[in-house]
Amino acid sequence: MPNPLLFEIAKKGRGSRHLPDLDSSESEVLASIPERYRRDGEIGLPEVAELDLARHIERLSRRNFYIEQDFYPLGSCTMKYNPKLHERIASNPLITGLHPGLPDETVQGALRLLVELEECLCGITGMNAFTLQPAAGAHGEFTAMRIIEAYYKKKGERRTKVITTDSAHGTNPASVRRIGWEPVEVRSNKRGEVDLAELAALCDGNTAAFMLTLPNTLGLFESQLPGIMEIVHGAGAQMYLDGANLNALLGLVRPGDVGFDVMHSNVHKTFSTPHGGGGPGAGPVGVREHLAPFLPRPRAVREGDHYRWDNDYPDSIGRIHAQFGNFAVLLRAYAYIRHHGADGLREVQRHAILNANYLRKRIEKAFPVPYERVGMHEFVSSAAIYREQGVRAGDVGKRLLDYGFYAPTIAFPLIVREALMIEPTETESKETLDRFADAMNAVADEIRRDPEMVKSAPHTTVVKRVNESLASRKPVLKWSDAASTNEKAK
Amino acid sequence: MSIPVDLMYTREHEWVLIEDDIATFGITDFAQSELGDIVFVELPETETPVEQNEPAGTIEAVKTVADLFAPLSGEVVEVNELLADDPDTVNRDPYGDGWMVKLRFSDKTELEDLLTPEEYKEIVDESGEDEIEVDVVLDEEENE
Ligand SMILES: Cc1ncc(COP(=O)(O)O)c(C=O)c1O
Repeated sequence: MPNPLLFEIAKKGRGSRHLPDLDSSESEVLASIPERYRRDGEIGLPEVAELDLARHIERLSRRNFYIEQDFYPLGSCTMKYNPKLHERIASNPLITGLHPGLPDETVQGALRLLVELEECLCGITGMNAFTLQPAAGAHGEFTAMRIIEAYYKKKGERRTKVITTDSAHGTNPASVRRIGWEPVEVRSNKRGEVDLAELAALCDGNTAAFMLTLPNTLGLFESQLPGIMEIVHGAGAQMYLDGANLNALLGLVRPGDVGFDVMHSNVHKTFSTPHGGGGPGAGPVGVREHLAPFLPRPRAVREGDHYRWDNDYPDSIGRIHAQFGNFAVLLRAYAYIRHHGADGLREVQRHAILNANYLRKRIEKAFPVPYERVGMHEFVSSAAIYREQGVRAGDVGKRLLDYGFYAPTIAFPLIVREALMIEPTETESKETLDRFADAMNAVADEIRRDPEMVKSAPHTTVVKRVNESLASRKPVLKWSDAASTNEKAK
Repeated sequence: MSIPVDLMYTREHEWVLIEDDIATFGITDFAQSELGDIVFVELPETETPVEQNEPAGTIEAVKTVADLFAPLSGEVVEVNELLADDPDTVNRDPYGDGWMVKLRFSDKTELEDLLTPEEYKEIVDESGEDEIEVDVVLDEEENE
């Protein structure tokens, strides 16, 4: 079914505007807007009847793939189910009607939620304080780098090097670069873990931090964690936990207890808040005592049974988000944590690990796992044995779409050839895992029997195989009449 | 997959052709095949000084971005302008028209760090699954 762009179905005068008349004159309104912010041309929005708009959006939504449709094993992204109850709580008009500019006395409940969420996160991670402002994991990393920078500045030290791992998410080195520091990569050893000798050689008086993902992106726990801590702390540097995989640690390890100084948590992964589409998300940053003075401000604080915004942190790095962060997202995380309780969160962790290891065992013959051992919440298998047939990881992912599943993460982490990164999460049943494993094994058979069919997949989706190379080489980033006419001519 | 015998190699899957004090380099057949469709190549400006094993450019493929490392220290004397418009030349002809940078190298002793075709083949064999055959062959066209 074709789904033309809104610009293509627009007709002048069809717009569905029901705005009341201005209660002051247009020139008065204009006068209140500084010259340089005024638009001088037409606004250029497409004029579309409400029904046509509704159909357009409905059609788009049916093309979307979402967790309620089927299994979503996108490794590294923790695509767990988001309970509807938490959505209901977050869309309560008592919450959505709040304005961030309201005086503290009138928003005691909202402030209390933030204070209690911070306490929950401290309890879960063993950190001493959290900022809830960062809007995503990457933003949390950046915030943490700023905090570390402020800490050393206060101590009168200048350190500009941050060590990252070769299996790290690209955001790690990017966050380091963003504050003008230099990321240096430590390689993984044959076990898929940090190479201690190399780490020791890299760590020096100029090293500000080591950013470690735990479990790492291969889904493995670093077995030499105490040794890593000793090296990094020995150099006077900070241990940073990329806590994107906190799901696997819930109720098992508290990062603060094992020596991490600072960490972020992706609440959209671990605590089931909406994902994808670019946000909004939240990536709270937790710190141990020595880094707490540098956290962003204002901070929500409790005094007896009263709550208020506190700005009195002279060493703070300042605000890093408008207002107080993405409140409705944080609220969902709070609801998730309270709903599960400590025992429930431990079960989340145990089932996430059990599911991943079960699935790994069921498909490892067809898709070998290079770093093979009992892992944590996800695993990385490889499609490299099918290079002989000319089939690559991306082809396997695309063929899985024909089976009605979302594709695993491919081509990441870079240290595994033809990587297929699979994270089932705890919310999937054994039956679903079996259905997916059957599909993976069936695809492996298809590759041997009919590789061309797999290489031209998907065959059953609305949009068939797209030319990714052309899209990257000659991207069309803006709609124009010409672009749409070209498209039709093809 | 080919590894021409008349070239030298690096651990970063680059090939180097030495002619007098000029080193021409690009990425190997194995590298282009691992990266997949290359969509953008960013090369240094001429006269830029480069240092051995330090990034001198970037290679962007559909699925990932990789650094291009300078195999030797020296100064860039020429870059392959063709790649700006046709980055897929690297996929089609990595050892020929897909060359990337020519540099005048400054330290002859660094040449000792380069790998022979046989040494490079071992690295490819190791990083690859054993299903992938790597033959040390002399690329016919290269010789013309
Ligand atoms: C290990 C790791 N670190 C950091 C991030 C970045 O988080 P965000 O996407 O919220 O910015 C991710 C996201 O996938 C991740 O998997």
